[in-house]
Amino acid sequence: MKKVIMGNHAVSYGVRASEAQVISAYPITPQTHIVELLSEMCGNGEINAKFIKVESEHSAMAACIGASAAGTRAFTATSSQGLLLMHEMLHWAVGARLPIVLANVNRAVGPPWSIWTDQNDSLSQRDVGWFQIYCESNQETQDTVPQAFKIAEQLQMPVMLVLDAFFLSHTYEIVDIIEKEQVRKFLPPYNPEIKIDTKDPHSFGNLAGPDMYMELRYMIQEAMEKGLDVIKKVDDEFREVFGRGYGLIEPYRCDDAEIILVTSGTVASTTRAVIDAMRGEGVAIGALKIRVFRPFPFEEIFAVLSKAKKVAVIDRNISFGCHGIFFQEIKSALYGRTDIPVLGYIAGLGGRDVTPGVIREIAENAISNKNPERYINWIGVKR
Amino acid sequence: MFNYLEYIREKNFPHIWCAGCGDGIVLKAILRAIEKSGISLDETVMVSGIGCSSRTPGYVDMNTLHTTHGRAIPFATGVKHGNPKLNVIVITGDGDATAIGGNHLIHAARRNIDITVLLYNNYIYGMTGGQCSPTTPTGSRAATAPFGNIEPPFNTSGLAIAAGASFVARADVYNVANCEKMIAMALAKKGFSLVEILTPCPTAFGRRNKMASPVKLMEWLRDNAVPAAKWKKMTEEERRGRMETGVLMDVDKPEYTAEYEKLVTSLRTGK
Ligand code: SF4
Repeated sequence: MKKVIMGNHAVSYGVRASEAQVISAYPITPQTHIVELLSEMCGNGEINAKFIKVESEHSAMAACIGASAAGTRAFTATSSQGLLLMHEMLHWAVGARLPIVLANVNRAVGPPWSIWTDQNDSLSQRDVGWFQIYCESNQETQDTVPQAFKIAEQLQMPVMLVLDAFFLSHTYEIVDIIEKEQVRKFLPPYNPEIKIDTKDPHSFGNLAGPDMYMELRYMIQEAMEKGLDVIKKVDDEFREVFGRGYGLIEPYRCDDAEIILVTSGTVASTTRAVIDAMRGEGVAIGALKIRVFRPFPFEEIFAVLSKAKKVAVIDRNISFGCHGIFFQEIKSALYGRTDIPVLGYIAGLGGRDVTPGVIREIAENAISNKNPERYINWIGVKR
Repeated sequence: MFNYLEYIREKNFPHIWCAGCGDGIVLKAILRAIEKSGISLDETVMVSGIGCSSRTPGYVDMNTLHTTHGRAIPFATGVKHGNPKLNVIVITGDGDATAIGGNHLIHAARRNIDITVLLYNNYIYGMTGGQCSPTTPTGSRAATAPFGNIEPPFNTSGLAIAAGASFVARADVYNVANCEKMIAMALAKKGFSLVEILTPCPTAFGRRNKMASPVKLMEWLRDNAVPAAKWKKMTEEERRGRMETGVLMDVDKPEYTAEYEKLVTSLRTGK
């Protein structure tokens, strides 16, 4: 059945279809609709899950960790400051190898206070070991939830799906709603080998000495590396049931492109419109959307970008004292294998709109830029 | 006539609060209480967390700090410790101070640091759209309790008393004269003081609980927030579901920053 729903509710419908069993959350704008609708669904029986209202995001993730260790499918949603408050527990979920799924609505970090979108909240968690998948449309957002659970449960790794505040979270789009009966064909019930079980007791979260700790870290990295294939396989399986898939990355008119714009999130859709317009004017330009950020699909990205003459990365985030964060990763994907120039552009922080005009400005600047050493080009900043 | 303009940042108005919200009534009571207590605005710092009430510092013409969710009290503790001469006022709400920041509330009370916490209790998370808070009454409806809240609420004033606060009072915006008086007493107190101010949120609480009109919520406060003198004469039966207002605790105890100074002085002078 098709419905016109907001991005936040697309997450809720995805969770309903995935039959999460424990949902624990704390309110924060602009995420709250996700868990409000879920609490209603828990109440009226649309989903057979326990809903826990906790006293902070830190507790929300802690409760998910407990629920997941007890062998149930656990979900939470948050945004910005809430995600940052969870930081300690995010590490814990990875170390404990618990397949929790979290939806983060990308919102700028304070101060100054802002409720509008940028990616610094989720990207500042890039090194904790969570999978990160950036969604572009409400349909993709909904569909990514069961995919996330399947990826998570196969690898015993937590997965974060990410959507832009307001541009996606509060925007209404047509979504083909998935139902649990169909999803069951794709996502088997969660039944972990090891869980808290009084009949078969284990010790969780124990001390590991220097003789063991490193091996456990190695295994996390191993799961990440396997992750790319698992994500692809899960996406194919999803496509078999639902006829839709999203891939690790999404190239658009890149085959003969001399310059490629790299984007993520909702900026990707706007960029495609600009690509079409500029192609119409005879410019050999394409776009590459990065959907999966962790694990980072180095090879797939290299295969697309290495055919171009120039690459421009649009970052709605910044690593202060360094560059845009996607820019850093793209550079390392190309490092030592090609010498095509990569230019970095910072745009749209704190919810400033990245319009077709802004993207065109970036494209034109990149085409005429004779100085590829400029790793940071700020777009639209009043100085 | 009290001249509010001397105390506010006019350029930040109109305020963000909904029509019928009690937060504006509290703001005015605070300003009158500040005048009454004679403290200087230049030596007063107002610190807030997150929520509708926490927007208050944006509107007052003094040193203000708008901090993260639940953390107003630790920020304020730092301010007071950094410069104990300052008057430090914390503006917070039920969600901010008893959920995400609950730990800070009890420890500041235990430590008895000289800050004045004005806790607006509207029984709900207003700003994010009406989720259950730790003071939402059992049975009330909220966005995260669409079929009624099954959890018992905190008695917030009782919590502060049990944790060791030296001054605790409850007030409400219907009896605004008492509200102003309680705030003035709290400001004058040396030590940790808390005023729990019952205030209506028609938008996020009232609407879901058959009190959508602000007048209904005011009537509810009139009938259920009971001044101490009357409270004393009530039977257990009559007290059920109602709240006592007025001074609930007022004792003199050693204050944290003063004790700290004393200890440092004695260590340095050997006396
Ligand atoms: S939501 Fe409630 S507390 Fe917030 S401004 Fe509106 S009425 Fe006041």
